[in-house]
Amino acid sequence: MQIYLPIAEMSVNVFLLLGMGAGVGFLSGLFGVGGGFLMTPLLIFIGIPPAVAVGTEANQIVAASVSGVLAHWRRGNVDFKMGLVLLLGGLAGSTLGVMLFSFLRGVGQIDLVISLCYVIFLGTIGALMLYESARTMRRRKTAPGQRRKLHQHNWVHGLPLKMRFRRSKLYISALMPLGIGFLVGVLAAIMGVGGGFVMVPAMIYLLGMPTAVVIGTSLFQIIFVTANVTFLQAYANQTVDVFLALMLLIGAVIGAQFGARAGAKLHGEELRGLLALMVLAVCGKLFFDLLVTPSDVYSIGVAR
Amino acid sequence: MTRRRPVGLPVTAAALLGLATAGLLVPAGSARANSLVADLSSHRVAITTGFVGTKVLLFGATEGAGDVVVIVRGPDRPVVVHRKSRVLGVWANTAKVTFDRVPSFYAIASSRPLAEVAPVTVLARHQMGLDNLRLELTWIKASPNVARQWRAGLIRNQGALGLYQASVGRVLFLGNRLFRAEFELPANVPTGTYQVEVVLLQDGHVVDAQTTPLTVEKAGLEAEVYDFAYQYSAIYGLIAILVALMAGWAAHMAFRKA
Repeated sequence: MQIYLPIAEMSVNVFLLLGMGAGVGFLSGLFGVGGGFLMTPLLIFIGIPPAVAVGTEANQIVAASVSGVLAHWRRGNVDFKMGLVLLLGGLAGSTLGVMLFSFLRGVGQIDLVISLCYVIFLGTIGALMLYESARTMRRRKTAPGQRRKLHQHNWVHGLPLKMRFRRSKLYISALMPLGIGFLVGVLAAIMGVGGGFVMVPAMIYLLGMPTAVVIGTSLFQIIFVTANVTFLQAYANQTVDVFLALMLLIGAVIGAQFGARAGAKLHGEELRGLLALMVLAVCGKLFFDLLVTPSDVYSIGVAR
Repeated sequence: MTRRRPVGLPVTAAALLGLATAGLLVPAGSARANSLVADLSSHRVAITTGFVGTKVLLFGATEGAGDVVVIVRGPDRPVVVHRKSRVLGVWANTAKVTFDRVPSFYAIASSRPLAEVAPVTVLARHQMGLDNLRLELTWIKASPNVARQWRAGLIRNQGALGLYQASVGRVLFLGNRLFRAEFELPANVPTGTYQVEVVLLQDGHVVDAQTTPLTVEKAGLEAEVYDFAYQYSAIYGLIAILVALMAGWAAHMAFRKA
């Protein structure tokens, strides 16, 4: 059964979209990630124009994050004050990101920049996660019961504009979360992701937030950042396809439930290792595509 | 289901018969001007939810012998073509060229192979066949040879999208006077007003030609969503967010107990 997507201006099989949504939803439920970094490359792979893929995926992540954050909110795992500071940076960053996106699209470099962003950030994060989980798994076997320090004191704690974040038990400079929010906002707009895969490690390692509040707070700010991206992409570029977003959403919601159940059976470190491998696989595929000689060096761009 | 089927055979035959008699009844004096009559089975293609592409049927009649060539052209648009080359090991777009007026769709059908129908000059003048398509570059900074490569790149890309049909379709003659031709419009067919040009050639000369418009447009919900997204972009963006918020909330509620 085909459905004609009005904004993407192409006809796609409904079951393919539902299946992609369910598959990515399953993995995102399993690993507790948004799944944007899988979905956007997949959409581009099936022929959705990159601009539409990025704009639409932002829209879908809004919905996914809302349902996620509600669950965390009930358990009191959202640091709203930290979320708001990250959000301020995120709104500025994503606005700049959408402007950058429009500019790069006009000069015909957007595909390359999207791919490079994926390769660089997925590669770095994936490698770090793999290293981390391998180390922890090894340590668990050799020296169990060793407790890590809550966080280290470094140059970050010397920055001005200090704020107290009670929920996160932190007294740090607001510049740090503002800066992280900004950077992740730019990435979210360009890569069509929520940015959780950068935000979560940054919150743990750079800000030193307790792990319990990290996911909820990250999801909280992702809602607003992706909503901002959705609005700006729809307003400036007309690249948000609500039909496509809804199709993906239906599959993702169902898939995520099964994923979450499957995830409960796996060990945390094993999960992280598997996620790292998956992230590296996506990164490797995109990197390979950049290196291999294209079937046609000529391509059609967007006429302004 | 909106896929347009070709008109049933009896109907086509009756229509063709009507056309043929109409052609025959024309006074001999104006025979030259009226030696070709043709029409489409439908002048409007509606793109709706289930659109998977469609066929357009053209039928007509000629007076006297000759070859018939039919060209379907989508509305002209400017097109930017990028060329990739290796930069620091990765393939990146490094050059671009703008073609001012590029038909967004092109298909051609002929009663005999084009080379036998008319000499090269005539084919070129009437832009018959992809090789003869006039694609104007805004400016050419390189040699004609390089310009030809850009042109070939454009045609190849349009072909890969199914928008330029490389093979020449067939104009089928039923008897001496009646002919028909069929064109496939793919699911990604651009919208706008198409020109369907029917040309009658005798001994390599164009003796008559007729142009019929064909409208391709989005219809129903698709059209409304598309128009809304472009005309009221801000409201569309807000609605998209609202829909996502509600969907997320609904998902949370639906699976809360589970």
